[in-house]
Amino acid sequence: MSDEKKNGDFLDEVTSEEYKYGFVTDLESDQSPRGLSEDIIRFISKKKNEPDWLLEFRLKAYRHWLTLEEPDWALIHHPPIDYQDIIYFSAPKPKEKLKSLDEVDPELLDTFNKLGISLEEQKQLAGVAVDAVIDSVSVKTTFQDTLAKHDIIFCSFSEAVQNHPDLVKKYLGTVVPYTDNYFAALNSAVFSDGSFCFIPKGVRCPIELSTYFRINAANTGQFERTLLIAEEGGYVSYLEGCTAPQRDENQLHAAIVEIIVMDDAEVKYSTVQNWYPGNKEGKGGIYNFVTKRGLCKGKNSKISWTQVETGSAITWKYPSCVLLGDHSVGEFYSVAVTNNYQQADTGTKMIHLGKNTRSTIISKGISAGKSNNSYRGLVRVSKNADNARNYSQCDSLLLGDQCGAHTFPYIKTGNETSTVEHEATTSKISEDQLFYCQQRGIDMEKAIGLIVNGYAKQVLNKLPMEFAVEAKKLLEITLEGSVG
Amino acid sequence: MEKKIKTIYPLEEILFKHFGEHTDEWKKSDHPSVTALRHEAISYFEKHGFPNQKMEKWRSTNLTGVYEEPLEIFDRHVAFDKKLSDIFLCEVHGFNTQVISMLNGSFYSPENHEITITNEGVIVGSMASAFKKYPNLVEKYFGKISGYQDDGFKAVNAAFWRDGVFVYVPDGVEVKNTFQLIKILNQPNLMVNTRNLIVLGKNSRLTFLHCDDSVNHNTGLTNTVNEIVLHENAELELYKLQNLNDDSALLNQTYVHQDANSRLKVNVLTLNGGMVRNEITDQLNGQGAESQISGLYLMDKEQHIDNQIFVNHNVPNCNSSQLFKGIMDDEATGVFNGFIYVARDAQKTNAFQRNNNVLITSAAHIDTQPHLEIYADDVKCSHGATVGQLDNEGMFYLMQRGIPYSDARMLLLFAFADEVISKINIEALRISIEDMVKRRLRGELSICDRCVLHCSNPEQPIVFDIDISKI
Amino acid sequence: MLLNIKNLHVSIAGKEIIRGLNFSVNKGEIHAIMGPNGTGKSTLAAAITGREGYEITKGEIIFKGQVINDWSPDKRANEGVFLSFQYPIEIPGVSMTNFMRTALNARREYKELPPIPAGEFLKKMEEKKKLVEIHSKLTNRSVNEGFSGGEKKKNEIFQMALLEPELAILDETDSGLDIDALKVVANGVNQLKSDENAFIVITHYQRLLDYIVPDFVHVMYNGRIVKSGGKGLALELEERGYDWIKDQFDD
Ligand SMILES: Nc1ncnc2c1ncn2[C@@H]1O[C@H](COP(=O)(O)OP(=O)(O)OP(=O)(O)O)[C@@H](O)[C@H]1O
Ligand SMILES: [Mg+2]
Repeated sequence: MSDEKKNGDFLDEVTSEEYKYGFVTDLESDQSPRGLSEDIIRFISKKKNEPDWLLEFRLKAYRHWLTLEEPDWALIHHPPIDYQDIIYFSAPKPKEKLKSLDEVDPELLDTFNKLGISLEEQKQLAGVAVDAVIDSVSVKTTFQDTLAKHDIIFCSFSEAVQNHPDLVKKYLGTVVPYTDNYFAALNSAVFSDGSFCFIPKGVRCPIELSTYFRINAANTGQFERTLLIAEEGGYVSYLEGCTAPQRDENQLHAAIVEIIVMDDAEVKYSTVQNWYPGNKEGKGGIYNFVTKRGLCKGKNSKISWTQVETGSAITWKYPSCVLLGDHSVGEFYSVAVTNNYQQADTGTKMIHLGKNTRSTIISKGISAGKSNNSYRGLVRVSKNADNARNYSQCDSLLLGDQCGAHTFPYIKTGNETSTVEHEATTSKISEDQLFYCQQRGIDMEKAIGLIVNGYAKQVLNKLPMEFAVEAKKLLEITLEGSVG
Repeated sequence: MEKKIKTIYPLEEILFKHFGEHTDEWKKSDHPSVTALRHEAISYFEKHGFPNQKMEKWRSTNLTGVYEEPLEIFDRHVAFDKKLSDIFLCEVHGFNTQVISMLNGSFYSPENHEITITNEGVIVGSMASAFKKYPNLVEKYFGKISGYQDDGFKAVNAAFWRDGVFVYVPDGVEVKNTFQLIKILNQPNLMVNTRNLIVLGKNSRLTFLHCDDSVNHNTGLTNTVNEIVLHENAELELYKLQNLNDDSALLNQTYVHQDANSRLKVNVLTLNGGMVRNEITDQLNGQGAESQISGLYLMDKEQHIDNQIFVNHNVPNCNSSQLFKGIMDDEATGVFNGFIYVARDAQKTNAFQRNNNVLITSAAHIDTQPHLEIYADDVKCSHGATVGQLDNEGMFYLMQRGIPYSDARMLLLFAFADEVISKINIEALRISIEDMVKRRLRGELSICDRCVLHCSNPEQPIVFDIDISKI
Repeated sequence: MLLNIKNLHVSIAGKEIIRGLNFSVNKGEIHAIMGPNGTGKSTLAAAITGREGYEITKGEIIFKGQVINDWSPDKRANEGVFLSFQYPIEIPGVSMTNFMRTALNARREYKELPPIPAGEFLKKMEEKKKLVEIHSKLTNRSVNEGFSGGEKKKNEIFQMALLEPELAILDETDSGLDIDALKVVANGVNQLKSDENAFIVITHYQRLLDYIVPDFVHVMYNGRIVKSGGKGLALELEERGYDWIKDQFDD
């Protein structure tokens, strides 16, 4: 990263390209047949050489899923998803077992290079360890040695199942049980890989951990699962990035993230979601149905979610915090941008159970084109959550008169010593601000990019530097062509 | 969507039976459009039944208890045999009102006064009589503003209503006296379905006070549907005062249609009641229309309040605001669901919404959902909701000036409520409501006061211990 | 002629504010425009800079020989028109540095020049900051956010210094300034002034004109320029007020 970029002027780099991650990599992959059944689940489990208890877990989830119906309360519309038309397992064919990077399929390396993610450690952005998940399988985790020195476990979910089965068994499904919702049940039945991270007692992870997800193969769904545990006094900042190729059909992504944080521990979880959003006419794009939840189990524990959502045809996502430990803190910072025919229904849940728990919600929605962008959030203060505090601010910005911006907060309070405050505004981009920029010679499109980035700054500032740079560019690219 | 086999509740059974037994008889006296509506509505009800908590708008209000009650569907006309003042003790002092009385769901007045028309052409009276006397006028509006398909209660109302109040103000007429509708149930275990229609012609004006009161501790369920039409540049001030006993359930469902430049001002004051649900659906259908809807609710014991306010900006250049404030004591539960909808092209919309709550005990509970759904870009919309305690700094300030804790608290509670009360334009009414609220906050108000206007004892002056002006 | 305005009529929301205004500016000149509140001075500035909602119903604005009536505001800016706003707006979250660099590069792109290198840009910033004695802490903040009234005005001059326009319109840049700041602003203008550029100074106070000496003073009333003269006219207005003008031109 040159100083140039750090100076914060990213506009020059915004080219007119549309979705620049839309290439397809020609990889040989190992796929399951289309469709979902107990046999497919057994196939996945066998492929991954899983212990019986995990197969049982999957089957229970699958049987439960069969009893459920797709939720319909979100402000999103899509043709029915044919769950039998999806390939639930697709893995780039491994060349035996990889010992060094030299053995990684060069096509694959190239894919990640195009994405701007280098798997070669020496070229790595200083201080970021990467786990790369392509289609359903983790292909490479970097910086293993550095992490091992601190006894930090950071590996693919499959490896964790093989090497740390007790930990996985202890925590899997404890924050997001498979009964939680339709997509959680589906994921629990078919998840193929994901990342696993364990921060031992008293360890502050010295580098940022990061997972890049990519859907590559056609007709596949991606169902990854992330499990993150921070023991007493532990700290980690975790980044997640997602891209997918440009395809005409819709692809399903249904992930689960579970976080468990013990006494005095802290997890920062940042996401830049840039799945393919579909084209200008609304054709194609990823259906992104994700369940993310963190449990602040210990005293003074803290979970902070930051998300920049620019991609996906549909986003259905509510990263949540269950504030169980006394004095625990939950934060949610979100920027969601929708353009063309994108639909986003996203927000958070803050469940206050412990005493003196605090939560903050800052949500900035930006809608353009013919898109719909909804904030949906729940703040619940239970009877025993004395002195719980919540502050929420949800702003929406409308660009153009064909889009929608919606705010659906749900506040449920049952404790008289708690304080909950919610504020929201909806407005269009200020004409005075636009004129001011234009008077200084900045054209309309750039002016909008500038103002929107300013508007989202409170959230973007929460992202680690490298991610913030990418996020700013994404905001501008997403909004391209939204005026005129 | 309906796939599960529903349970039939006792009250549903009673209703079906009642309908079967009376439909032929009703048909004889009903206007044909009413007969048709009754049948459409009952078949909707047969299909959907009463609302349940799976429905978004009913998520936080559970009426199963009421559905289990073997209530009597009261639609008998009560012969006028007593003096009005024996039943309606509310003597309204301080401002001119024209009192309209309803007893157990029927218009209550001497036979020949069932419907009156003034020199200016203002029509006031029984809905049933209005249908006979002015069929064309009534039919033009009746059932057109509300939707019986919204849920089971509206359907039941459309199928079972027998009477209500009809008010018509012709173009250009400004009604000077406030109309005061007093509704009382004086018999036990009744379900009454009443239907009111208020039509304001162009450039007309009306102030309407709608009181729902209990005079005893009987159980009862009142299911009211109000339809209101404001033609161009008409102005309606509507006050709803609700002071019912703890065993009463009240559903007050109001639908408003606003034409261009019309102005609606609603103030809903809920002082007591076992279960009170106010639904207001305001359709801003003409440019330049304005809507101001506010409410205050003071609940305690195991009371439940549910305010559902829907303001739909269907056309450009309208303004709306909603302000609801509540104080929840004991084990009271409350719901506020405010919904602002701005249609595509409804540009230059200003819409504001606020809900503030104070919880007094840890057993009290409030759910608030201030929602915005916006499809136009040149709009200014905002909402805010808070749940909390009294302002600590304010408490300290008052106590520092020597005011004891309990007085300071009372003062601040009153100040909290006063933001809504101060929106009452009729001074005499405002003063009287202020007194009621003060006494309510001190826990002194009960239905023994008969009516919110505490006419049972008009002589007894009500003074508040602390004179705010001295601070 | 740098700017030539012919029989200009401008309406806001259907209401005619500028009603047949003629006005021209040559390179190297400073013009002061004075006039009672609400006579259309800011409206004129908005029309020259192409603000939306200010509808030119008749007449022409000619800048450097081209009719610019239909040009977008950014095109006019990049051609060299700068407005120091009467009420500069705040743009939360957009840093001054980023903002100015974007503006400067937009101009360079318009002139088909490569973007300014970071080092050079920072040097230029420092240089111009000194010129208007603007504090570094201000340029590190978001555009105008939390600036005092006077700081906002100084910030406008700072931007003018960076962008080096050919025609600068200062709309009441002096109001809200303390005496020292007023001198700073005037000093900025005087240093930038050359034979190649021109200034239109809208003001209510003759005091500014002691520091920025105008070649011409115009009085605007009811949407027209009703009187023009030299610096002496400003002194006369200071002394006599506007009543005599109003009496003469009320319709
Ligand atoms: N957006 C607007 N909508 C309607 N009228 C406007 C608008 N902007 C300005 N006006 C009116 O146009 C007239 C001229 O305004 P303008 O701001 O140009 O005056 P001015 O000469 O700059 O006054 P001042 O000395 O107070 O700055 C005023 O009557 C003003 O009220
Ligand atoms: Mg001005």
